[in-house]
Amino acid sequence: MTQYAIRRILYSIPVIFGILLVTFIMARSIPGDPCTAMLGEKATVEICERFNREQGFDKPIAVQFGIYMEQIFSGDFGSSIRYSRPVTKILLERLPTTIELGLVALFLAVLGGIPAGIISAVRRNSAIDVGVMIAANTGVSMPVYWLGLVLAYVFALLLKDTPFWLPPSGRISAGVSAIPFYEVFQWEVIEGTTKYVIMEFFANMYVLNSIITRDWEVLNDVIKHLILPAVALSTIPLAIIARMTRSSMLEVLRQDYIRTARAKGLFERFVIMKHALRNALLPVITIIGLQVGTLFAGAVLTETIFGFAGVGRMLFEAITARDFPIVQGFTIVIAVGYVAVNLLVDLSYVFIDPRIRLE
Amino acid sequence: MTQQTENKLASLVVDGQDESYHSDSLLKLTMRRILRQRSAVIGGSILLFLILVAIFAPAIAPFDPNFVLIGHEDIKRRSDPCIHLLGCDETQPQHILGTDGNVRDVFSRVVFGTRVSLMVGFTTVGFAIVIGTLLGALGGFLGGWVDNAIMRVMDVLLAFPSLLLAIAIVAVLGHGLQNALLAIAIVSIPIYARVVRASVLSVKEQEYVAASLALGGTKMHILFRRILPNAVPPLIVQGTLGIATAILDAAALSFLGLGAQPPTAEWGTMLGTERNQIFTAPHLVFFPGLAIMITVLAFNLLGDGLRDAIDPRLKN
Repeated sequence: MTQYAIRRILYSIPVIFGILLVTFIMARSIPGDPCTAMLGEKATVEICERFNREQGFDKPIAVQFGIYMEQIFSGDFGSSIRYSRPVTKILLERLPTTIELGLVALFLAVLGGIPAGIISAVRRNSAIDVGVMIAANTGVSMPVYWLGLVLAYVFALLLKDTPFWLPPSGRISAGVSAIPFYEVFQWEVIEGTTKYVIMEFFANMYVLNSIITRDWEVLNDVIKHLILPAVALSTIPLAIIARMTRSSMLEVLRQDYIRTARAKGLFERFVIMKHALRNALLPVITIIGLQVGTLFAGAVLTETIFGFAGVGRMLFEAITARDFPIVQGFTIVIAVGYVAVNLLVDLSYVFIDPRIRLE
Repeated sequence: MTQQTENKLASLVVDGQDESYHSDSLLKLTMRRILRQRSAVIGGSILLFLILVAIFAPAIAPFDPNFVLIGHEDIKRRSDPCIHLLGCDETQPQHILGTDGNVRDVFSRVVFGTRVSLMVGFTTVGFAIVIGTLLGALGGFLGGWVDNAIMRVMDVLLAFPSLLLAIAIVAVLGHGLQNALLAIAIVSIPIYARVVRASVLSVKEQEYVAASLALGGTKMHILFRRILPNAVPPLIVQGTLGIATAILDAAALSFLGLGAQPPTAEWGTMLGTERNQIFTAPHLVFFPGLAIMITVLAFNLLGDGLRDAIDPRLKN
């Protein structure tokens, strides 16, 4: 078991190294010199000379890569051209929004996808199965941003003046504010300290913050704002999870031990939920891990449509404004986060599958 | 052998009429298996329809996709769909999907958009398959450090969420349809490299490969004539599903303004430029999105059906 875990962790190291190398190559491939790319309009000949010397751009490429690695491992992604602020700071401000949106979307996808897949498999070839599979196929074929816009049209305009009305943009209504939990509890936190950064990070997840502070009015408002983007973002993962659960369940339901369980006279529900589902879940969990990538990419589109100030929208704005330090920093963090999540998923097999534990 | 069997065999040799002894060609058999898959038939039919629309776009579309109607017709910007048969006032000019912000016929633009999307799908996946096949075949066939090096690079590319990597590549290369296509092609290479490598590894040790080697076949001959044909079925399946993803990703890039640029009649661009009109002119967002969905759905259904017909093992 330990051996499996260590091997899996070691395997991620070259991948992360590769991610850094790819982003380094991309950064150096921007047309024009890095100084103009990094500093934008501010770059004059004198400033550039100084900048190149400071950043080591006048040194051989291998040395440059060394400097780059050193900076990244110390959490320094440079400064944004547009905001003249450290990329790391912007990232820490924006991540909670995206993480919250992503987690809610993933929750919806799992909550909808797994039961749909199970029902579809158990009632194979029935009307329900056909319906679920048509819906799943349509779901994976839908552009996220289109679905988001259509949902906004239906729920914000067509259902206006009904209890089903939902806001089409923003994270929270004007006039409502999510007071950070540390302020509500009157904890003394000094701005700029690591403790403050951590507290601020969690307080920026409005759902979590309003649950901690028990401010149900804010929670209601925040959830209302979150529903449409989360539903739009969850569609593709939901459809993929439903398809995977179905095919995995069908595979397991054919096994001899299922027949044995039924022959023992167990209730069908028990056979499905205990004997079949647990065994069918492994590939489903792998797929769920892979959906984190879809969620991050989808966040770029969903956040742009719904006016969410998250990582995705920032990345989009940075690309449009050619703010390359942000593009680079955000890409690295998202890719490394993706690798980390999939590493965690693989490590979770140890708990789910006893065969791996015994290996 | 009993007398009865001998007689039966003899009669077969004579007239050869017994249906059950007919052997069909491999292609015929495969076609029959594909036609038995409902999803393949539905997906294939939609695709055929789309290809016809793309080919005959100038005949189907009432206007040139970039033709501005101001001065030619008495029509306003972003006017609603008007179909005379469905009761739209006869005095109004007919535009079945309405007009857009530049007073162009949306239906004509959607029809011509089929060309762009199909072209995007086929070229990106074609490019990715060629490069991916080459890399996967070399890795699987040569093994050793070549294989290791190629596959580690592929692992790194797969470590990025694909659309995100495509976005980053476009950010570096610059906006535009061509760069978007290149970016999407690059991010899809690893899938094909893996498929081909797996096929190569599975047949490399087969006896017929050894036989070919014994007969004096060169390495290239063995790779291209004996080994690679085995990779074709899974490549077709993966390629069909890959086209769906490529179209979806290209439309997303265009929606963000990173891919096809206006005035190109591309569905993602059409959606992107009019996305703020969702509450005032929803038809401008609805129809291009529907077109994307139908096209992607066609490739997904066809790919699923082909997989079930050609190689059920790929299902999981």
